[in-house]
Amino acid sequence: MADNVIAPDAGNGLYGRRAFLRTGLTGSLALLAATAEGEPEAQRAPWMRGPGGPMSPLGAPSEHEAHVVRQPIASQPGTTGSGASRTPLQHLDGLVTPSRLHFERHHSGIPDIDPAQHRLYIYGLVDRPLSFDLASLARYPMVSRLQFLECSGNSAALLAPQAAPLDCAAIHGLLSVSEWGGVPLSVLLEEAGVAPEGRWLVADGADSAVMSRSVPLEKIMDDAIVALYQNGERLRPGNGYPMRLFLPGWEGNASVKWLRSLKVTDQPAMSKDETSKYSDLQSDGQARLFTFPMSVKSVITSPSPGLTLGTPGFYQINGLAWSGAGRIRRVEVSADGGKSWADAELDTHVLPKCATRFRAAWRYSGAPGVLMSRATDETGAQQPTRASVLRNRAPGSFYHVNAMQAWGVDVQGEVRNVYV
Amino acid sequence: MSMFRVIVLRLQPLWCLLCFLSATSASAQSPQLGQPMTAAEVAAIDFTVLPSGNGLPEGGGNAQQGEGLYRVQCQACHGEQGVGGINDRLAGGHGTLTGPKPVKTIGSYWPQATTVFDFIRRAMPYSAPGTLSNDEVYALTAYLLHINGVIEASTVMNQSSLPAVVMPNRDRFIWAVQANGDEY
Repeated sequence: MADNVIAPDAGNGLYGRRAFLRTGLTGSLALLAATAEGEPEAQRAPWMRGPGGPMSPLGAPSEHEAHVVRQPIASQPGTTGSGASRTPLQHLDGLVTPSRLHFERHHSGIPDIDPAQHRLYIYGLVDRPLSFDLASLARYPMVSRLQFLECSGNSAALLAPQAAPLDCAAIHGLLSVSEWGGVPLSVLLEEAGVAPEGRWLVADGADSAVMSRSVPLEKIMDDAIVALYQNGERLRPGNGYPMRLFLPGWEGNASVKWLRSLKVTDQPAMSKDETSKYSDLQSDGQARLFTFPMSVKSVITSPSPGLTLGTPGFYQINGLAWSGAGRIRRVEVSADGGKSWADAELDTHVLPKCATRFRAAWRYSGAPGVLMSRATDETGAQQPTRASVLRNRAPGSFYHVNAMQAWGVDVQGEVRNVYV
Repeated sequence: MSMFRVIVLRLQPLWCLLCFLSATSASAQSPQLGQPMTAAEVAAIDFTVLPSGNGLPEGGGNAQQGEGLYRVQCQACHGEQGVGGINDRLAGGHGTLTGPKPVKTIGSYWPQATTVFDFIRRAMPYSAPGTLSNDEVYALTAYLLHINGVIEASTVMNQSSLPAVVMPNRDRFIWAVQANGDEY
């Protein structure tokens, strides 16, 4: 029996990248999947006994996948459109978040924008204030990149004093990955001609809150785009149709949706959201302002709460790792609450400012275990422990939490959010 | 006139043409599909108010004028005098930021007074933004600053007085990016 001869890479039966390399492809597959025995002769399942359903203009997921939905959905009291819905990360694999499952966070609902009437205005400290309609923008040279978008309020549940009974979506589901396509903003700004004293760009949305964020011009000229496409199709209304600002690697709120205007200024606007909301209060009463990049982070998406393990034996561990600073260099996985670690295998695509899928295998003995992952990015930054993230934070401080997640597995195979 | 100078002068038109070509080469490759905007068109789409006061409209109001407006327009969500509503608390919380339960309000936390005007004008009231006059927004701004103990009830907020208001928590922010756009 293979599972008796292959030694684990770390404590409590964890098999990482080294085991995959040692055993070769066959062994790896054996670690990751059980083989099915062949049928004695060809049989027809009920759905093979006649032609299937008709074609349709739009695809939809299988009705058997109806449980894979954005949740929880939570709104501000007295509203239906100001709140957030979360990506069900525990039900997904691979890299791309299906557009219908991309997380959403709105501040005054989803506007119903007529693309023929919508315009993008560029003004302020520019030589030539310009406005663009959608048809004109679509004629500009575009770029498309696979990149993550994460709300900086993501994973804030890990700050609770006691580990809350929440699943992966509820804790980490304000993260999604898409192929974002659009026009480099530097091209449009060069046409408008930025004045020498221009330092910031104030972006406004066309929602009824006229959502507003200030972004340093340096970031805008580096890699910001006016996104028109998400995963090959035009943006969906909940993600900014017909256009949004997209700032790779930076907190999601700054990637203003339903983008309407860009004002070049010599100072930040100090908008309500960038000052009173998306700032980080420290225990000494000081608050950090304009902490834009999302720091290195990872989470095991399977197993995770709700995905109960069955009989003892091999289970695949997989998850996502990402960093606003660039590429993921390494992900380590532990099955004993961080006492020992093994390197996880990284999927083929390791892209800058994008999530990377990592994989390992675990021989669940039926005894309790605690599964954890920790990521390191190409700058050498390593994901911190929860205790480290809590240090110097004021009670109730909410944003920019990138602590390691621990999932406890009990003797019944139930998985829970736990603190170590 | 030296021979050298004659040559330079004769070359000048060509030199200027070369300068012109190099200056326009980047934009020649750029589609240039933007429509120029007039100053009036810019004014009609610009909501932004900067801490300097840039962007503030004419008009004004004080807290005495704002109190009644607050009851009608804001109190249902934000509570009496900015406390106890179903949505964000707007007043009080002074001195709590280093305690066990920090209360972040306009008075205890917000660094700039201009933000109050900017946000009300662009986003409030939630169900009907854009329905308040500039005088009303100034009056509500004054009321919210007053119930936080920042200004007197009779003090008029306008283009010149609002940017001059110093918020109690202004100097307690650590800027990860400086006002001039550079990273610290």
